[in-house]
Amino acid sequence: MSLYSVQKLIYNLNRDPSLVERFKIDIDSVLTEYKLTEEELSAISKPDIGLLYVLGVNGQLLMHYAALWEFEWDDYIQAMKDGIEEHGEVRAGMYVRTGGGYL
Amino acid sequence: MSLVFAGVCSHAPGITGRAERADPALRDGLYENFGRMRASIEKSGAEALVVIAAEHFANFFMDNMPAFCMGMADDYEGPIEDEAWLGIKRHRVPGNPDLAERLITDIMQDVDLAYAQEWKFDHGIMVPLHFLTPRYDLDVIPVNINCQGPPLTPLHRVWAFGKALRDACDAAPEKIAIVGTGGISHWPATPDSGKINETWDRDFLQKWAGNRKEDLLAYTDDQTYAEGGQGGFEIRTFIAIAAACEGNTGQIWFYAPIPIFAVGCTIATMQVS
Repeated sequence: MSLYSVQKLIYNLNRDPSLVERFKIDIDSVLTEYKLTEEELSAISKPDIGLLYVLGVNGQLLMHYAALWEFEWDDYIQAMKDGIEEHGEVRAGMYVRTGGGYL
Repeated sequence: MSLVFAGVCSHAPGITGRAERADPALRDGLYENFGRMRASIEKSGAEALVVIAAEHFANFFMDNMPAFCMGMADDYEGPIEDEAWLGIKRHRVPGNPDLAERLITDIMQDVDLAYAQEWKFDHGIMVPLHFLTPRYDLDVIPVNINCQGPPLTPLHRVWAFGKALRDACDAAPEKIAIVGTGGISHWPATPDSGKINETWDRDFLQKWAGNRKEDLLAYTDDQTYAEGGQGGFEIRTFIAIAAACEGNTGQIWFYAPIPIFAVGCTIATMQVS
């Protein structure tokens, strides 16, 4: 798994408005610049926020990627919960579910 | 003595981005104490504000993650986030490269410190500035401590940094305010968002206000992760302030768990003399 590359892409998108523009026009050309698995490519392209969460994307990056796709806050939280239901528990990183959230 | 003010505050993006969804009494109490902190900084005559933050991959990533970094730019822009999402308009924030260079040079005598002449502010700095310098007319010098990408900055090095920052401030003729901004316990941007360990928070704040160095440095990352969540790692910013004020005690002006803000919201100050 190339979690590092997934997170690097989101980090770059957060910092670079011109990259966001290119990403919106031709997502495939941007994605060829990153070493990503088929599962990661699919999760980014759909986007499947829940799967990205399960793959281990740091929440501080993921919440901005969700916002880029115009997820409202509650929908973002729900997408992560749905991701766990569909794909299982978080596979990597520190942002695992421990229970007890507000929403 | 040129350190004229020291304090800590929360910076969660919900504080401004989801303001309308909070209990109005708690939200207004928090805002009131942010205002009280702003008034204290203004009254101190501070000519620059050093913000010790725990940024969230706005500038630093795992391709080159410094344990500590300090800004040395003419100015800064923020927020990096969507303005509507954060509830803060984009602004240009004045820096003070001359003062920053002197502080960095002095701190480097004791702590290996990276510096940056480019820095995009995220909510970790913009939320505090929104309340503390709402006209964006006070020079700001940002500091980042790695609280996000393990291996994290060790707490005893954070203490050393805080001490070195204090010495550097004292060597400068300018009046300087310092504010640390972070947790305490929270599980941000996860399905657990809004979970807050109030008992753990209050115990930490008691140790912080008492400036109990041994107790503050006894926290382990495993313990913090279990009791305080991912966001708990940001206690580093509070500990740096305690170190800069070693020998003095603090006052908790405000503490309240506000779940829609996803953190136990805190405003506190520490004596600097």
